[in-house]
Amino acid sequence: MLQLYNIHKTFGPVRALRGVSLAVRQGEVHAIIGENGAGKSTLMKILSGASQPDRGGWMKLMGQPWQPQNPAEGRSAGIAMIYQELNLAPHLTIEENILLGVESARWGFVRNQRSKVREVLDWLEQYDLSPETKVSQLSIGKKQMVEIARALIAEAQIVIMDEPTSSLAAEDTQTLFRAIRRLKERGISVLYISHFLEEIKEICDRYTVLRDGETVASGEVAGTEMETLITHMVGRSVEELYPAIPHAKGEVVLQVKNLTGAAETPDGISFSLHRGEILGIAGLVGAGRSETIRTLFGLEKAQNGSVIIAGRPEIRVTWLDPLKALHQKLDLLSENRKEEGLALNMSIAANISLSALNRYRRKGFLQLRQETKTTDEWIKTLNIKCRDGNQPIQNLSGGNQQKACIARLLHHNSDVFFLDEPTRGIDVGSKAEIYRLIQELAAQGKTIVVVSSYLPELLGICDTLAVMHKGKLSPVRSTENWTGQEVMRFATSGTINETI
Amino acid sequence: MQKYLRLSLNLLYRLGPFSALLFVLLLFALIGIGNENFLPSFFSLYNEKTILTQTVIIGIGALGMTLVIISGGIDLSVGSQIALGTVVISLILNGGESETAGFFLPLGAALGGIVSCAVVGWIGGFVSARFRIVPFIVTLGTMQITRGTAKWFAGEQTVPTESNWLQSLMLVDPDPSWLIFAPGIWITLILLGILYVLLKYTVLGRHIFAIGSNEQTARLCGIRVEYKRVLIYTLCGLFTGVAAVMQYSNLTIGDPTAASGMELDIIAAVVIGGGSLSGGEGSATGSIVGALMIAVLRNGCNILGVPTYIQEIIIGLIIVGAVLVDNIRHKRRS
Repeated sequence: MLQLYNIHKTFGPVRALRGVSLAVRQGEVHAIIGENGAGKSTLMKILSGASQPDRGGWMKLMGQPWQPQNPAEGRSAGIAMIYQELNLAPHLTIEENILLGVESARWGFVRNQRSKVREVLDWLEQYDLSPETKVSQLSIGKKQMVEIARALIAEAQIVIMDEPTSSLAAEDTQTLFRAIRRLKERGISVLYISHFLEEIKEICDRYTVLRDGETVASGEVAGTEMETLITHMVGRSVEELYPAIPHAKGEVVLQVKNLTGAAETPDGISFSLHRGEILGIAGLVGAGRSETIRTLFGLEKAQNGSVIIAGRPEIRVTWLDPLKALHQKLDLLSENRKEEGLALNMSIAANISLSALNRYRRKGFLQLRQETKTTDEWIKTLNIKCRDGNQPIQNLSGGNQQKACIARLLHHNSDVFFLDEPTRGIDVGSKAEIYRLIQELAAQGKTIVVVSSYLPELLGICDTLAVMHKGKLSPVRSTENWTGQEVMRFATSGTINETI
Repeated sequence: MQKYLRLSLNLLYRLGPFSALLFVLLLFALIGIGNENFLPSFFSLYNEKTILTQTVIIGIGALGMTLVIISGGIDLSVGSQIALGTVVISLILNGGESETAGFFLPLGAALGGIVSCAVVGWIGGFVSARFRIVPFIVTLGTMQITRGTAKWFAGEQTVPTESNWLQSLMLVDPDPSWLIFAPGIWITLILLGILYVLLKYTVLGRHIFAIGSNEQTARLCGIRVEYKRVLIYTLCGLFTGVAAVMQYSNLTIGDPTAASGMELDIIAAVVIGGGSLSGGEGSATGSIVGALMIAVLRNGCNILGVPTYIQEIIIGLIIVGAVLVDNIRHKRRS
């Protein structure tokens, strides 16, 4: 039905795809598995026609060579995309959204569009959706149904779904799966992009694993062990990914008391951190993990709470702002690299030195040569791939940008590092380097707090772990005393099994 | 063909705003071939000196505006600031007791004018930073308020002054003649040097770029963004104050209606010189070249007898063209 062979794609210095092959049969649900940065989104863009592959390799649709030049061509060839951030016009009704772009193209002034829309919605078992409802009033799950209905109206042959369940509640996921099965009945192929392996087990027939822009495996889902899939995704064993560098826990360096944020997230939490400790904070999105460390760094307004840093007198958190926090040797890595972490059109060197510029000031003037020398060393130490330090940081790949962000923290040389999602959206290679770096820092006696939504990495690198639920923090325990189930239980319910 | 296109684009990229200036000069040279009276008068030493002198006011204003635009802001009140500056200078000069102005009274008057502009800049920066109102709106307000204040101070009329040394700052043929160029031109060059060093070699300069490039990053790195913004608008006011001194020197009177609309010329000069209104980009030399280009165009067109409405159309086209070239440069880089 759809065949891809040896597809390559480069964006400037970034080789997003380097040899992807894929074969999708009619009426199957085909999983595309891969970590963030494996090339899934680029592949989608190529399939939809939003971007064109480099030379070499070919694509075939129903046996015919196929080179879509723009998304419109992809659509008319029967490929429908359902993006993660759904593509609906919120001010229009369900009907208007479903028919968007195909109103006049296929039906002209046909009157019975309403019944057509109704028919499709009914077929998807969405009896309670009225075509006149405005899309902005719908839940995410329902919006997804509207997208699927749109694909059906457009007579799509292949529906591509990008992480469709990432923001769905459990029951909506089941509704989605029912809809996917109905699509199969019609002989429509579904490309299901996800990294939730349990879901793939449930809904998909076959899989293709991408890693670092390459196809590394493909086969039947039935009869494939989950461990096999993980090994394919990660490309190395767990021990290699999470190196353990021995480090000892020392005296208390930071004691947080009754920290309360602006909107009661965090809600009166207390904990202490030791020299050489790596503390992981797990929890669901919105539980207040980022808010906790951002409030401690003075980036967000605190209502209440105090900190004792390295045995010095107690400080009220409301007094802190980022400059003072930096003086107190606290530092923060932002979870939003592009929106907050980096000044994108400035150079790599300027980004690294930005928080500690005064170090290069002699009689009021910046010593540019010394700055270049020092930042070059960090670029080398962290293995940041670039032409030189003067290159604008926006030209780097996500992983290298993240390393530059971390280089700023290292360059500033604080004692306590708050890392917010340090490995989000970067390739496996860079991830492994960052994990190693965190371990090395702990071995040097630094204290690291890692906030992450990816539990395996927290379990892999942290000494101690705590979970947040609706602004409350669980007791801090040694990582060995947590299991995945325990973490999920506290994250979803806020209760804990006290016997451990 | 494509190769040549790429080569010329490359050249544009390298030269930046200079290329536009060269292009305009070349255009006038071409026109001059068919017009034997034009060439000698346009390319004469006296005319070059005139052009440079005409650049001074917008040039100094553009230097201050460069700071604001790099930081991602805008100040629409600079035209009114210049008017207020000339009025304050004249009022101080007339407040002196002795018959002849001497040296110190005009100096004090000039400083007074500069400070009055800085105060207006400070107010705009403070209100927009403290109350988080977009600077476009705040300075639209201070533009009107300042203009009104200038008229109030001047009693809604021009303020004539006795002759003093400030009035010779903008003489095309200066006294003493060994200066060759008007003192205002030398002052512009000194300010250009100061701004260049400030932007490139000081912590403040780096922070200004960082705030304009990404305010959130700046905050994350411990930069006190609000405080710096107030400082930036005040510095811009200081530069504008010097431009006001030059404006007074040109007019020899205090005129509350002077420099009306000049803020747009000043912003245009910065934008032609590579400044980006979304912040993070711009340079001292670029802004001066932008100001120079506007002056060259006006002067050349005047000598050719091109009516002012055509001049306005041409300058408008150049502003849009400059931004277009800038966009192409950006696309090529990424």
